Amino acid sequence: MSLNRRDFVKLCTGTVAGFGISQMFHPAVCEAISGSLNGERPPVLWLQGQGCTGCSVSLLNSVHPTIADVLLKVISLEFHPTVMAWEGEPAMEHMMKIAEQYKGKYFVVVEGAVPTEADGKYCIIGEAHHKEISMVDAMKSVAANAAAVLAVGTCAAYGGIPAAQGNETGAKSVSAFFKENGIATPVVNIPGCPPHPDWIVGTVVVALNAIKAKGLAAGLADVVKLLDADGRPTPFYGRNVHENCPYLEAYDAGKMCETFTKKDGCRYDLGCKGPMSMCDSFERKWNGGVNWCISNAVCIGCVEPDFPDGKSPFYSA
Amino acid sequence: MSGCTPKAAPAGATGKATIAIDPVSRIEGHLKAEVTVENGVVVDARLSGGMYRGFETILRGRDPRDASQIVQRICGVCPTAHSTASCMALDNAFKVKVPTNGRLTRNLTFGANYLQSHILHFYHLAALDFVQGPDSAPFVPRFAKPDLRLPKDINAAAVDQYLEALEVRRICHEMVAMFGGRMPHVQGQVVGGTTEIPTKEALVEYAARFKKVREFVEKKYVPVAYTVGAAYKDLFKFGQGYKNCISFGAFPMNDAMSELHLKRGVYIDGKDQPFDPKLIKEYVKYSWFDDATTGLHFSEGKTVPAPNKAGAYSFVKAPRYNGKAVESGPVARMWITNPELSPVGQKLLKDLFKLNAKRFRDLGDDAAFSVMGRHVARAEETYYMLSAIERWLKEVKAGEETFAAAEIPAKSEGVGFTEAPRGSLVHYINIKDQKIDNYQIVSATLWNCNPRDDSGQLGPVERALVGTPVPDISNPVNVARVIRAFDP
Repeated sequence: MSLNRRDFVKLCTGTVAGFGISQMFHPAVCEAISGSLNGERPPVLWLQGQGCTGCSVSLLNSVHPTIADVLLKVISLEFHPTVMAWEGEPAMEHMMKIAEQYKGKYFVVVEGAVPTEADGKYCIIGEAHHKEISMVDAMKSVAANAAAVLAVGTCAAYGGIPAAQGNETGAKSVSAFFKENGIATPVVNIPGCPPHPDWIVGTVVVALNAIKAKGLAAGLADVVKLLDADGRPTPFYGRNVHENCPYLEAYDAGKMCETFTKKDGCRYDLGCKGPMSMCDSFERKWNGGVNWCISNAVCIGCVEPDFPDGKSPFYSA
Repeated sequence: MSGCTPKAAPAGATGKATIAIDPVSRIEGHLKAEVTVENGVVVDARLSGGMYRGFETILRGRDPRDASQIVQRICGVCPTAHSTASCMALDNAFKVKVPTNGRLTRNLTFGANYLQSHILHFYHLAALDFVQGPDSAPFVPRFAKPDLRLPKDINAAAVDQYLEALEVRRICHEMVAMFGGRMPHVQGQVVGGTTEIPTKEALVEYAARFKKVREFVEKKYVPVAYTVGAAYKDLFKFGQGYKNCISFGAFPMNDAMSELHLKRGVYIDGKDQPFDPKLIKEYVKYSWFDDATTGLHFSEGKTVPAPNKAGAYSFVKAPRYNGKAVESGPVARMWITNPELSPVGQKLLKDLFKLNAKRFRDLGDDAAFSVMGRHVARAEETYYMLSAIERWLKEVKAGEETFAAAEIPAKSEGVGFTEAPRGSLVHYINIKDQKIDNYQIVSATLWNCNPRDDSGQLGPVERALVGTPVPDISNPVNVARVIRAFDP
């Protein structure tokens, strides 16, 4: 089985009910992507800035493929503070060695925002060669020299809660940080607080697949074409939540929920931010499809660049 | 593989050297450990929390109801602990009474996350301290001499369980999402209760998943915690620290909140004491916060970062109870609650350790407050949660109200005490003009991983590190083993 971009878009947008990332992840696809970079699984370095590890934890919930398959068959996760066996300076030096050895050919995932105040002291990620390395330092070296950076989660994509009003740390998104420092490495945003595991895995798969087909530069260019103005892959973030909401009919009929637990109407009056939010939760649902935000309560707009300030107050009832 | 490079002159078995481990991996957050090793044993330790976001200042001026969403983003492993503490503080400030069914669905949601968090910690964060993983990143590279001692067959079973546990913890998240909406970061916990009335179908779905998780906990997790422990018996002998502990208590079993599944209490210098919230103070002499804010009770707490303060070495404040550094987390709760041990635990203690133990305290304080003791406590607590979840499933009523509406008060304050899987947690809110005027959080990692206080008293994990054997400073595996057992 091979998978082209059109198939991917079709699958991601779920033209068939219940057809998510799972079905596209055929073993043959694993094999195809595993050869995308010199026949090796592509090295991935996962940097954590000002985050809560929630994006990593969400990724662990990937159903198809399972996270074990992602780790053992798709990528080579050479550095991840929450998962790796190693620790301390040798682990940091290993990361730097990989970055040097595969310069321009490895991928960096950033989880969390980058605090720029106080010379980067608000986030120290480790020590290498007896020197403290701040998130700012790592962004200028390890992230800058990657083939591409995946800004996973709203903190990395747009600043998120660490960059919200009242913060004193100068927290920045990956793309804002790169822009200010003249770094041109391509960035793909996978926002969400946290992002759905399919959004992360699906994007990785399509990127590796495109690179496999067309080579690194042309493949990445293909991926960039899929992004909207806020840097998100449109297959996942291309549709407005409200416009596609199962409760839209109730909204059109003027039938509004008066309280959280009376589920017979649209949640707009409770403060739902679905009308200002772009993602496919309404269809993909969460945690193996058992529930999703609006069915349970309201949307708080966590995939949007102005989250949380522009979406606050979350509740209005 | 250079191992861990000493900062000072290299030391033999008798010399003195200071080594840094930064980052301490397989934890939530950014932590550095600096230890001084003399004659093969740690004689001094400093723990540095290396990241600051400023939730308490970010919360100021917001709609109070936003708090239960924003605070979940403190920790993606235990967001429901923060939403629980925050909702309790808001319930308290809004003077709203949560309906019985709301209490029960909150418990079911938070309880499922307890299972998830403990399983994740043992298998996916801590296990690689004892188990050799597959020969592939991220399981390699690692220290050249990792001190792994499991017999081949047990190691193979543990690797299988590592993979199976990924699936089981995912199922736990589905249980959380059943009434929480999604996980991480639930939508369903709000001031006044929960947002979704459980249907009969949802309760059946929850129970079916619970059955699978229960089987894993009883047949795999609890036995393997003891079996691994038996291969590392020396790890029951160090890491004790102060043996002083605290539990705020969690999981109300009645609407009056007078009965808690995980009990509330304090244990200091070998004596049990009732918990008095007035005795909590936070110190900042060695933390990167303004010295003028030291020694305050959380209800008067201030958060003024001072990242360049000389002499400080951590973004973690140092909370103290009646002036004492106290440990929190599973061992603290199991010590204070002192439940009957699981049948398999009792049997394996007899078979593998020749120990007749009926209740948790029968382990004795030296074994309980140790590296392995903390893992055993976490496994036993997971088992102890099963009976509670079963009870809530019987008590919860399909179709019955879970939420009570309440107005935002113009002026009020509220406090919410609970226990995150990794330790004691309090949220405090002060509301003025219907907005948050002050919000203070004393979290689990603050209790355990704090630096020295103003009097120079070491934090609980710092103290637990003192005495840790480090026979080879190029492979200081025991240092992070001690730290990880706390689940920071």
